[in-house]
Amino acid sequence: MLHLLVILFSLMLGAGSLPSDAHAAALKKATFIPLWSPQAQFAGYYVAYEKGFYRAKGIDLTILQGGPNQPPNEFLEQRKADFVCMWLSAAIQRRSKGVKLLNIGQIIQRSALMLVAKKSSGISTPGSMNGKKVGIWGGDFQIQPRAFFDKYNLRVTIVPQSFSVNLFLRGGVDVASAMWYNEYHTILNAGLNPDELATFFFDEHGLNFPEDGIYTLEDTYKKDPSLSCAFMEASLEGWHYAFSHPDEALDIVLRYISRAKIPANRVHQRWMLERMKDLIFPRDKKISMGTLQQADYERISLELMKSGAVKTIPDYRSFFVRCGRDAEK
Amino acid sequence: MLKNKSIAVKLILLYTLSGGLIFLLVFSFHYHFSRKMIERKLADNAKNLVLSKVNRIEAALLALQKIPENLACFLESGSYTRESLLALLRLLVEKNPDIYGASIAFAPDGADLQWRSFAPYYYKLRGRIEFVDLSKASYDYTGWDWYQIPKELNRPSWSEPYFDEGAGNIFMTTYSVPFYMDKAGTRRFAGILTVDMNLERLQEVVSSIKVLQTGYGFLISKNGTILTHPIQSLIMNETLFGVAEARQDAQLREIGRKMIRGESGLLPFKDIVSAELCWMYYTPIPTNGWSLAVLFPQQEYIADIKSLNRIVIVLGIAGLLLLSLAVAFIARSIARPLRQMAQAANTIATGNLDIDLPTVKSEDEVGKLAEAFQYMKESLKEYIRQLTETTASKERIESELNIARQIQMNILPRIFPAFPDRPEFDIYAVIEPAREVGGDFYDFFQIDPTHLCFVMADVSGKGVPASLFMAVTKTLIKAMAGEETRPEVFLAKVNDELARGNEASMFVTVFCGVLNTETGEVVYANGGHNPPLVVRREGGVAYLDGIAGLVLGAMEGITYTGEHLILGPGDALFLYTDGVTEAMDKDQALFSEERLQQDVMELRGRPIKEMIKGVLEKVKLFTEGAPQSDDITMMVVQYHGQTRPS
Repeated sequence: MLHLLVILFSLMLGAGSLPSDAHAAALKKATFIPLWSPQAQFAGYYVAYEKGFYRAKGIDLTILQGGPNQPPNEFLEQRKADFVCMWLSAAIQRRSKGVKLLNIGQIIQRSALMLVAKKSSGISTPGSMNGKKVGIWGGDFQIQPRAFFDKYNLRVTIVPQSFSVNLFLRGGVDVASAMWYNEYHTILNAGLNPDELATFFFDEHGLNFPEDGIYTLEDTYKKDPSLSCAFMEASLEGWHYAFSHPDEALDIVLRYISRAKIPANRVHQRWMLERMKDLIFPRDKKISMGTLQQADYERISLELMKSGAVKTIPDYRSFFVRCGRDAEK
Repeated sequence: MLKNKSIAVKLILLYTLSGGLIFLLVFSFHYHFSRKMIERKLADNAKNLVLSKVNRIEAALLALQKIPENLACFLESGSYTRESLLALLRLLVEKNPDIYGASIAFAPDGADLQWRSFAPYYYKLRGRIEFVDLSKASYDYTGWDWYQIPKELNRPSWSEPYFDEGAGNIFMTTYSVPFYMDKAGTRRFAGILTVDMNLERLQEVVSSIKVLQTGYGFLISKNGTILTHPIQSLIMNETLFGVAEARQDAQLREIGRKMIRGESGLLPFKDIVSAELCWMYYTPIPTNGWSLAVLFPQQEYIADIKSLNRIVIVLGIAGLLLLSLAVAFIARSIARPLRQMAQAANTIATGNLDIDLPTVKSEDEVGKLAEAFQYMKESLKEYIRQLTETTASKERIESELNIARQIQMNILPRIFPAFPDRPEFDIYAVIEPAREVGGDFYDFFQIDPTHLCFVMADVSGKGVPASLFMAVTKTLIKAMAGEETRPEVFLAKVNDELARGNEASMFVTVFCGVLNTETGEVVYANGGHNPPLVVRREGGVAYLDGIAGLVLGAMEGITYTGEHLILGPGDALFLYTDGVTEAMDKDQALFSEERLQQDVMELRGRPIKEMIKGVLEKVKLFTEGAPQSDDITMMVVQYHGQTRPS
């Protein structure tokens, strides 16, 4: 278990940064930190960087290495990063706390957070969770589950869930939290078949909290709106490229993973990339990629109000900035 | 299609094919059986090998389990201080080479305040014992698997193995034991005891498994994580299910599920390293639910059988070739003399009996056949020699018979007109002899100037005896008629002479007449001969009535009756033998007396020579194409009277 401590400490001390290009004289410098350590969840940014999309838009970008102890909001607020990837719910809370951040692109349209149970434990409907032990992550991860329990009027025993799903696999909890693109696949690849599992996607229960979005500080945006827009455009271009060239994208992601000295598992990253595709493309074809929809925004804000996380709801128009032209190619 | 092939080809084909078939059957059976045998052996070996390895791992795990379990009991007793606890924990890490680190993590919300948030952890680092209090670290240890799982499950648990970079890249697994304390009579969770076990030794146990050339073992954790494997990149990085997903191998996933469910089994498995078919035996490690699998490369196991099979196949083919050669040899030894004999038979058929027959030394059927053939050739040769001789002697006899016939014919009066100086009568006769010497004869002679004797006779039988008998009869008649003009008298005498000493029981029919040339009276006697036709100048043609006496030569003392007939001028007597009336056509129909009578009637009035020739023509016409079986003899005696009509 010591190794984890070591990783945590090392991550805190020095975030692995990527060397910036020496020829970037004419380029505008910018930094970006993803929400977590390198994985296909951020394939679009790595691909955009590796394919030179940012440089093509005039940005000399540095992607900082994210991780469990690298909270993006801190990086943003302390101006250690110009652009960060954050969950919408977290961003709304920061904004209501007075942090002048702006959403310049809502990447993930659907909540990937889910609850998983083994059918063998007798759980198949939300109601059957009553009285069971449920593993819940802390922080923003608990907003949706708690709203879910309220909605279905469930009394469950909440067990703090850590980084692994082993507690669930061993039967220590009946229900586990999982990200569809991550822990759910880990569960599948620990030998449980999909038909043995009962899944509860929050977006299917009226609790769709779009997750990853791109944020910058208001003044950063105002100083040079074209930089923010160029960053968004290049990032979306990166995502498009990643989805149409999954093998190349996986190669890039795996390179970043091994650089970060994290065990790389191509199968897992492939699953993640495929799920990202499901999550990022808006279901409504009329809505372009990267749009924060007002309905989603208002639903989350309302739930945050109910849970007491925020006292006021920031105005949607002051929160989300849509760049003048469509970022899609 | 085999119909036209030679015996050798047929035999070779038949024997080689049936030999090959038998060989194939025996071979397949042998292959199948030996393979099954090896598979059975393999299954036993596999179980033994895997179980022995599992036992070693088990022993190590069980030994380690005892330490925290005993310590938990000690902790639950409550009789210790922080210092004594730390010393104990340190000693435990120091003295157990298998233990990498150990901790006692008291529950932060524990019943006893003094122990709350106390989590001493001793671990080895570069040969030294290091210490850290986990409760002072910035992370909440209650959220970690090693703490949470045994706590929630209320039972000790082995963690999923992990890779510890801080400790120098070693694999570890942690055994966690929850311990409890009594508070107000209730047993409450008080914390977790852990020992970290270095997995290197266990990995060696597994990675030392070598089965033949390519067989190996691999270990997976409860989650299916690959702990040891020849492919380094899989270790701790992939679960068996991830590998199955990457390879889209549903079977592998199913195998993985069986393994983590704690099942045991032997199954065919396509090795992901060599892509060769293997037998995989897997069985769980009961203590922590891991599973050990060992791959037994099928190809290598049956390699011996395969090489043996190759030898057997080569031997079999060689054997078949040898068999074909032997068959060819036998077939040749049979077929060659047969072929030679067939050629010889063809040559013999052309008449050449002097060729050499093939010599066959063997005494088998072919030898017997050759012998018989030789015998046949010699018999044929002998037969032909005899036949040649017989033919020669037969030809001689035939030529002699011809001479005899000529002699016989020569003794008949054959000059016509016979009596040119006697105008009062005329006589003409013809004999058309059959191929063989016959017994017909005619004769005429003057007994005295007024008596003309004429004879028509037919000796029984044919050939030389008949002709001799005929000669005797003719001579006797002529001799006896010399002194007597009454035919009944001299015929009786001739009969007596003939009958006497007639050993051969031959006989002769004779019609004998004596014409008085002055009166035209004919006295005649008939010894069993066909009655002649009386041809009247005026009027009809009729068979002569009268007693047909007995044939001559049958017995002595027979008397014949002399009868009288007056021939007027121009009348004639037509005498014949049964060669005329019994002449047969193709359909075996007889010429018949009626037809003769009619024909003579038609020819009446012609000169007698023409009459006879005419009848002869008619007979020949009648018998057209049919062979002549008997002498045809005819004679006409015509009386002209004293004054010959002009």
